[in-house]
This record gives sequence, C-alpha cells and structure tokens, in this order.
Amino acid sequence: MIAVPDRRIRVLVAKPGLDGHDRGAKIVARALRDAGMEVIYTGLRQTPEQIVNAALQEDVDAIGISILSGAHNTILPRISELMRAQGLDDVLLVVGGIIPDEDIPSLKQAGVSEVFQPGATTQEIVDYIRAHVRKSK
Amino acid sequence: MNKGHKAGNDVTTASAARNPSAAERRWEEQTLKPALEKSPERQRAFTTLSGVPIARLYTPADLRDFDYARRLGDPSEYPFTRGIHRTMYRGKVWTMRQFSGFATPEDTNQRLHYLLAQGQTGLSIAFDLPTLMGYDSDHPLAQGEVGKCGVAVSSFADMETLLAGLPLEEITTSMTINSPAAMIWAMYLVVAEKNGADWKKISGTTQNDILKEYIAQKEYIFPPRPSMRLIVDTITFGARQVPRWNPISISGYHIREAGSTAVQELAFTLRDGIEYVEWVLRTGMNVDEFAPRLSFFFNAHNDLFEEIAKYRAARKIWARVMRERFAAMNPRSWLCRFHTQTAGCSLTAQQPYNNVIRTTIQALAAVLGGTQSLHTNSLDEAWALPSEQAVTLALRTQQVLAHESGVTNTVDPLAGSYFVERLTLETERACYEYFDKIDALGGMVAAIEKGYPQREIHDAAYAYQQAIERKEKIVVGVNEFVSEEKHPIEILTIDESVARHQSHKLAELRKKRDNARVQAALEALGSAAGTDENLMPYVLECVRAYATVGEMCDVLRRVFGTYEEPAFR
Repeated sequence: MIAVPDRRIRVLVAKPGLDGHDRGAKIVARALRDAGMEVIYTGLRQTPEQIVNAALQEDVDAIGISILSGAHNTILPRISELMRAQGLDDVLLVVGGIIPDEDIPSLKQAGVSEVFQPGATTQEIVDYIRAHVRKSK
Repeated sequence: MNKGHKAGNDVTTASAARNPSAAERRWEEQTLKPALEKSPERQRAFTTLSGVPIARLYTPADLRDFDYARRLGDPSEYPFTRGIHRTMYRGKVWTMRQFSGFATPEDTNQRLHYLLAQGQTGLSIAFDLPTLMGYDSDHPLAQGEVGKCGVAVSSFADMETLLAGLPLEEITTSMTINSPAAMIWAMYLVVAEKNGADWKKISGTTQNDILKEYIAQKEYIFPPRPSMRLIVDTITFGARQVPRWNPISISGYHIREAGSTAVQELAFTLRDGIEYVEWVLRTGMNVDEFAPRLSFFFNAHNDLFEEIAKYRAARKIWARVMRERFAAMNPRSWLCRFHTQTAGCSLTAQQPYNNVIRTTIQALAAVLGGTQSLHTNSLDEAWALPSEQAVTLALRTQQVLAHESGVTNTVDPLAGSYFVERLTLETERACYEYFDKIDALGGMVAAIEKGYPQREIHDAAYAYQQAIERKEKIVVGVNEFVSEEKHPIEILTIDESVARHQSHKLAELRKKRDNARVQAALEALGSAAGTDENLMPYVLECVRAYATVGEMCDVLRRVFGTYEEPAFR
C-alpha cells in the first residue's frame, strides 16, 4: 500500500561541524529531489543550532545529516537534543557518512532513526525516508 | 599572449587514424561480425572508469605519423612525456611518503618515527579539521573535532613536539595545509631556525593550493582574491628565502575524490597551475625564478591505463604550457613534478581487505606513470584513520612494488603501446578543450565564481553513483560478490582526551608567553594585510611570539572577510 501524502516530503540535508566533504550530501540531495521530495541543502559548516533552526523554519519532515569527520558522537546527540527542545520530536533524523558500527547503537538511543554507511544506495535512503516520515500533517 | 596550447596537428592526425580502411571494413564485416554474433562481448560498449570509450584493439594504425621526438621525447627531454629524469627509478626509487596525523602532536610524532623505522623515505603531515580551518583546539567550533581527522596543531610549541627528533636535514616533509598554510609553514621554518638549519638548504612542501578548495575540498576561510594574495606571498617569499622549498602542491587528488573524471582532474589541476603562474607573474617576478618549485599532486584511481595516460599527458601538457604560454627558458620550469595518492574514494567499508588489492593496482599505475613520490592508502580508511598494522601493510605494498615487481628496471615501460599512446593523446586533447572553456570564462578564479568546475564535478559524481546503483559499474563486495557475514576489523579510535590535552597546553602557553609581543605582532599582521606587503615576515614574527593558528587567522578573517560558497541548486 502506498501512502499518498497531502504534500511533498520536505527534507533538510545538512553538513554539520567543520567537515567540507560534500560529494555525498549533494548526491543525496539531488536523488531526493529526483524522487519528488523538496530538499533544502544547508551548505557547509552549520552548527547544530543553525541546522535545527533551519528545520523549524522550513517545516521539514526529515533531517538528513552528512558527516565524515569523526565528530558524530558529539554533534548528533546535540542536534537530537535541540530538536526535542524545539518540539521537532516527530521529525525524522537520519545520518550518512563515516560512522563505525560500534557507534550506531548509542546514536540510535540518542534519537537517530537510521545510519547509512558507505555503500548505501540513494534508493535505500529515498525508500527509508518515504516509509518513515510522519504521515499525518 | 600566444596561449600556445592548441592541440592542433598533434592530435587530429591521430584521430584520423581511427577511420577504418577498406581492408579493415571488410574484416569487420566478414570476420568480426559473425564472431560477435556467436560470442557477444560482455558489454555493449567499453569505457574507462571515467567513461572514455575504449576500442577493442589498438594497432599501428592508431599511431600513424607518430613522431617520437615531438610526441614523447626521451625521459628528461622536452616534452617529458616519458618522465622528468633520465634514469627515473633506476637512479632513485620514488619517495615513499605516507600521509599521517592523528590525535596529539606526541601521538603523531610517534607514528612518524615508526614509519621511518619501517622504511618510508619522506614525511607527510595530516592536520585535524580545526587546524585546517584556522581554529585553535579550544575554540567552540572545534568541539568533537580535535585530533579526529589529523593532528591538532595550534601553536609553534605543537609543531616542535610534532617534529621532535626527526632528521629534518636528511628527509623532506610535506604538509597538507591550505588556508593557514602560511602560518604552518612559518612554524616549520621557525623550528628549523631554532635547530640551526639554514633556510637556503631545507626542503619540503606545503600544499597551499586554495583554488582546489573552492572547487572540491572546501577548506577555504577567506574569499578567493585575498587567498590568492597569501599564496603569491608564500611563493615569492620561498623563491627568495627558502629556494629549495616547494611552496605549493597544485592538486587534482581532491578534485577526483569529489567525483570528477580523470580528464577533469587533470585539466582543472593544470589550469589551476596556469592561474597561479599568472598571479605570481603580476608581481613582476620572472617565471624562471619560481616555476621550478611548483609541484603537483594527483590521484591514482582504479583504471590502470587511464591513470597512466593521465600522468604522461600531464607532463607533456605542463611542459608545453610553461615553454609556450609562459615562455619559461629554464628547463626546470617545464617539469611537472608530482606526488600521487591512491584513491580514497575507491575504498569500501565492506570487505575491507579488498582495499589492499585496489591500493596495489592504483600504486602500480602511479609508478608506471612516473610519480616522484607516493602515498598508499590503508585498508581501513573507509572506517577510520589508519591503524599501525594497516599503514604498515600499505607501506609494504610500495616496497614490494619497488623491490620485487621489476617495474622499476626501465624507464616508462609502456611507451610505444598502441593503446597507451593513443589514450595519452586523447587525454591531452580533452584537457586542452577544458583549458579553452575555462579561458573563455575569464580564467579559473572567474570560472570558480561562476560555479563551473564545481558543477562539472558534481554531475560526474552523480552519474558515477547512478552507474553503480544500476550495476553498470561493479564495485566488488558492494554491489556484486557481497557477503552477508561481516568480519569487523579493529580500527583506530580517537577520544576527547586529545581536546582536553590540547586545551590545557594552550591555556599554559597563553599564560607563559609574552602577550604584549603577541598583540603587537598580530596588530602588525593585520595592518600589513591591508597593504601590498608580503605577509610572510609578519606571520613569522607572530609565530616566534607564540601566536596561535586561530589568533593569526582571526586577524585575517577581520581584514579579508570569510567566504561562503554559492547555494547548491
């Protein structure tokens, strides 16, 4: 059964911290757009505060974080905490990048819904977001 | 000025060779076509990794009218297609220079000593993101990032610790640093000075290539024009005061990592080189005063022959650019000296031991292509920075190549191959087409401001990803030959104790140093930044006073402003 949303899924793709490697983030942003979603790409070097503010202002259904710098254990819990503080509890939080297996359980505990490691396809990401964003608006 | 880079007769003659003769057409109809109907080829078309079409067979017809002297030349003879030295690896094996850096300067110093003991012959330093972006380890924006991607260096004291006990007069050091390159180089120079070394004798390399930051790696701080001014200052300072130093390593590695094709990597790199030469010439310096110390840095990706053709074409094109476009007279100004690193973006998280094979093939390409120095990636780098075991195996890869494979026994062994020479010519032609496009846009800085190279790279990266997802390109262990079983490997982990250690050192430093001297030096730097003066002497004074990377960069942030790239649509 395919859920037909009242409007297109809105996704914020964000690069937190100092990492400037945006090859993946831009590919995912484009793939999500090609799949019919509305995508806002924040650009580089966003603080967790900037990301959550953008998510709030843009009224997104999902936040996709791209991080390859090893700073994920600090940055992701902070983003999740700010999301809760701003009432964005039902916004999906997913992350892609260089995330070792052993860090995934604690990230999920901190509020990350799914982690896409190297080798994940854009199709998997599209499917996951479609399946897991909140349906009621 | 005569741009002098029109490929002209050189390559069009070669293309004409692709038109089949009557005899060849007959063979295709009568012999080949029935054979293919019986046993079709595995694909409809075959291309290089970058999508360049490859013919079934290359024959003498592909090199009709191939003039050895004009197209190739002997090694160390213009246009240097075959290599920049007469004896190449028979005289001296390439420098084995493993890019290294993690956690504290103490930790990295230990790794550098270890690698030297294992037989590496050059040093290469990786800095962490706060350092690369001009922030001290205790800056709020450094939280979570200190020591994670490289070594944390905030002050001259950190640099001393990093280099402690290393034989800097016998071995050269390359430092991968861009926006704060002037500061980090100044720290190295002051260490050398303190150790009694003569600046006229020391050698090493600073990457210091800001154009590729805007294009690909994105570690910029300031806008393009002040950043170019900083680079020009380092190049002219180096030419006069540190003449054996390579003040810049004009890079294609990162451009390729961002997803470009091989030709884009080559063309954008060399065109960046042209841009730097033009900017330095505007200071009034003669081209031969600085050009011999320009160096390059290329990627080594999976497609063996495409990469070899790329390196050979690079030497030929740069030689021509320097001699014809810039009228350089010193033959050393014509040389494309380069370092190579195997492709990080080709490494997989799945089945990481496969990466050893990838790195080996890529290293072989670099060696058959005549690189001057080489870094081989470690098998675990899709997960983390290299563990000691993994980096040892990566170094051994080079050592086996150098001492067991025999490929070092003769210079440019693939010369004369119909395929390799053909591919070299095609690569050269395609590169000049990009030069024309970028010249028409007003040069590389203008092209960057218009988003041209960034868009080309993104489109290539997207097409490549789609090809993988459609299984038009196979990645072993990822979209084919997958195993459900995971065999986890031990990876290097770096924790927040590094940040605490570095912050503590900084607090102590700020108490002990002569803060009046620091302030005066920083103010002088700020004033000079607003003029035409060469900033290196001012940076050196700041460094001697123990000003930090962050403090120096903050001064320049105020004067130059900071850069934000145009929105991605």
